[in-house]
Amino acid sequence: MARTGPTSTARRTLLWLAAIIIACTLAVGGGVLAGATTWAPKLGLDLEGGTQMILAPKVEGAGNITSEQLDQAVSIIRQRVDGSGVSEAQISTEGGRNVVVSMPGKPTDEERDLIKASANMSFRPVIATTGVASGAVAEADRTAEANLPVPTAAPVDASDINWVDAALFKEFEATSCIAPLTDRPTTSDPAKPIVSCEPETGVKYILGPVEIPGKWIKNATYGLAAGANGATTNQWSVNLTLEKPEGADAFKAVTQRLNSKYLINANDPQARFAIVLDDSVISAPSSMAVITDGQSSITGQFTEASAKSLADKLKFGSLPISFEIQSEVQISATLGLQQLEMGLLAGLIGLLLVVVYSLFQYRALGIVTILSLVIAGVLTYLAIVLLGWAENYRLSLAGVAGIIVAIGQTADSFIVYFERVRDELRDGRGLVAAVENGWGRAKRTILASKAVNILASLVLYFVSVGSVKGFAFTLGLTAVADLIVVFMFTHPTLQLLARTKFFGEGHAFSGLDPKQLGAIPLYRGAGRLRTQQETLEVVKGKNARAAGEAERRQTIAERRLAAKESQMAGTSAAKAAQPESSDDSKENN
Amino acid sequence: MKSFATFGNELYTGERSYEFVGKRKVWFGIMGILVLLSILFPLLGGGFNFGIDFRGGSQFTISDVAHKDVSIGEKAVEAAAPGTVAVVTNIAGMTMQVQTDRLSDNDTLKVKDALKEAYGVTEDHITSTYVGPSWGQDVSRQAIIGFIVFVLLATVLMALYFRTWRMSIAAVVGLLVVMVVTAGVYGASNFEVTPSAIIGFLTILSYSLYDTVVVFDKIRENTADITKSTRRTFAEEVNLAVNQTLVRSINTMMVAVLPVGSILFIGALLLGAGTLRDLSLALFIGIIVSTFSTIFVAAPLYSWLREREPELAAQAKKVRQHRATAAAATADAV
Repeated sequence: MARTGPTSTARRTLLWLAAIIIACTLAVGGGVLAGATTWAPKLGLDLEGGTQMILAPKVEGAGNITSEQLDQAVSIIRQRVDGSGVSEAQISTEGGRNVVVSMPGKPTDEERDLIKASANMSFRPVIATTGVASGAVAEADRTAEANLPVPTAAPVDASDINWVDAALFKEFEATSCIAPLTDRPTTSDPAKPIVSCEPETGVKYILGPVEIPGKWIKNATYGLAAGANGATTNQWSVNLTLEKPEGADAFKAVTQRLNSKYLINANDPQARFAIVLDDSVISAPSSMAVITDGQSSITGQFTEASAKSLADKLKFGSLPISFEIQSEVQISATLGLQQLEMGLLAGLIGLLLVVVYSLFQYRALGIVTILSLVIAGVLTYLAIVLLGWAENYRLSLAGVAGIIVAIGQTADSFIVYFERVRDELRDGRGLVAAVENGWGRAKRTILASKAVNILASLVLYFVSVGSVKGFAFTLGLTAVADLIVVFMFTHPTLQLLARTKFFGEGHAFSGLDPKQLGAIPLYRGAGRLRTQQETLEVVKGKNARAAGEAERRQTIAERRLAAKESQMAGTSAAKAAQPESSDDSKENN
Repeated sequence: MKSFATFGNELYTGERSYEFVGKRKVWFGIMGILVLLSILFPLLGGGFNFGIDFRGGSQFTISDVAHKDVSIGEKAVEAAAPGTVAVVTNIAGMTMQVQTDRLSDNDTLKVKDALKEAYGVTEDHITSTYVGPSWGQDVSRQAIIGFIVFVLLATVLMALYFRTWRMSIAAVVGLLVVMVVTAGVYGASNFEVTPSAIIGFLTILSYSLYDTVVVFDKIRENTADITKSTRRTFAEEVNLAVNQTLVRSINTMMVAVLPVGSILFIGALLLGAGTLRDLSLALFIGIIVSTFSTIFVAAPLYSWLREREPELAAQAKKVRQHRATAAAATADAV
């Protein structure tokens, strides 16, 4: 029988859809059991409450900022925010220009200043170091008050031990550079010595005043170091260029002083200078030569990645980027919750109205609409939860609005489809044929119109800033969910329903009653077919134009089929389900 | 229901037909007046009422206040940041909104604390927004870029799909009418233009073209073999397509407007100003205007762009001859 084909395909498609939904649900369920995610979607700040700052980078003097510099800026802000103990802060770039910092709760004034401040890079000479990863000295073992160092004279240079006074030494002993870390300031007076840590190694330092400020760094690159004979070695190095003349001159003086100590004792900590970013040491090389031309290279235990990282930091440090707050929103949890509740309420009312309208317009067919909407909703929900888990996607209020707006646009696919089926019924086709033909036409329209929707959401997503992004994202997501539902649920379901008695015989409440649609069907069940006589009567009758239209729209194949069927009246008529496209319809002149 | 179905049947067969194409001068005239008004109103009325995101400034929303007294807020702002003009409004229920001129971001937080004290609410009942002067420009610049990129891509997409650039042109003109009229309603009604309203506008872009594509697809179908037909002229086929999809247009508009209307209702009534209200307002107007624009502007315009093509003009002549012969034959028979 011809009818087993579409039926089994429809069943198989529905099973596939069920399999997809079950697989996604199981994935989320597994994530919940493993404690990796929750059943509820992750909420954005505007719904959960919290602070969102949108920062625009500002480069002193120079104009534009490259995306690499912006990425560096973001990683530095991230270090600062993480270091200050704010949990769950999200930092991202937006549109290649702005940095968005989102965090739950409210940042303190210090935290805000920290985020806004420009990167603070400088070179300071090492005065003393523990040499190994060090925590705080135990209270009992700390140097007694009486034995604390007292400067004997004014310091003569930046490496002078006379910078270390009692207070600084006490701070040095109390500071821990290994977990639990001591909270330390990230900006300090460049003219004074500081206690600092090297986060990568946990080594603790006392550093002298700033000798080379970051702005004197002209460029930094990395590559394989050249050996004594000029041949390339397989050791990675970072090549540093300083601004002339001031940077180069100052560096010459520093390296002269440090190198003389290095020549006496290669392990003298005072032969080293520290590269300091936000008061943390990122590297502390020894001065192995006097650098007279401002061109130096730093070698050591670098891998390619660590050499690149140091070069990037040096380069970034040379650009004093600070941030201007473009917009700062502190949303109270109460308002967020209120908005979420209202948003959901609005969605529910909207959904209910659509349901009522569909039932009114399409009767029993409206139930297919409702089920389709429910499935689209389930798919959207699963996608949002999964994206929240995998990509940390957070649903914002604009996103919720996007979903509500999508209810209407999703339902429209069904309307386009159902109206096409009705048109086919009006042409006098049987329901099974009408569903197949209607689908063939509706499919094209739905694909073309959804392409417009998806195009719009893609453009909005990639071009826009702020809350527009969240909105565009859900709008695109629901458009995709809609396509899945129309293809994998609505159409197969209708294919199956068309073969039921209720719909197939065009019950008055099925929404597909040919009588109400003003058509006389080709095939009227129970093996009865429209006779030639009836066809003529129809043409003469009230629906003359409808029938004419139907005839005009028949394909050659259909016409032949109709002719054959009228000869073989009484045999199966389900063959009328011939796919038709407008391109092959011929005029019946 | 029954009458609506009958209405649909009659539209489908052509028994009942509205002259969307035939009376296009009337429709274009009405739309032209609307567009003109939409441009004139904001111009004469002093332009758009740009929200805080475009002007720059600070805004505070205080939920669940004990007293809805406006002066409490004004005094609190004056005390925290002397010389600042504050606009305090009760936006909905027990929610107050305070807007001030540009404060520094630090002052914004000071005012926030003062308002918190004054209205006697806790930290989690007050929301503050500080917007720098260039943020709104950023949002609108990106929105305009998005608009242009989308229209260009959609024009190409439609031209490829329909295989005629005239449909793209007609659809885009229809879209522009929607944008101008929606913006005009905003300008005339003095609603605040916020980034959320911009999101709404951008969504209308998508909705308007979406709506047009559905109707145009039917037109494409009806006119596919037009040159071989003597039944209807091109303009008549276009008109029939619009009539045949009229039920779909009405249903689609209703189904799209219902959820948006409920957001608008909830947003305006229960939440007051905010994302939901601004977004849905633009959408509400836009969806309705889009439906009308497709029917009364885009489709007749497409017909007008094509019907003077020599091939189609010849076909129209053939149709008229054919009819004259048929009429003569009927007259003879009688």
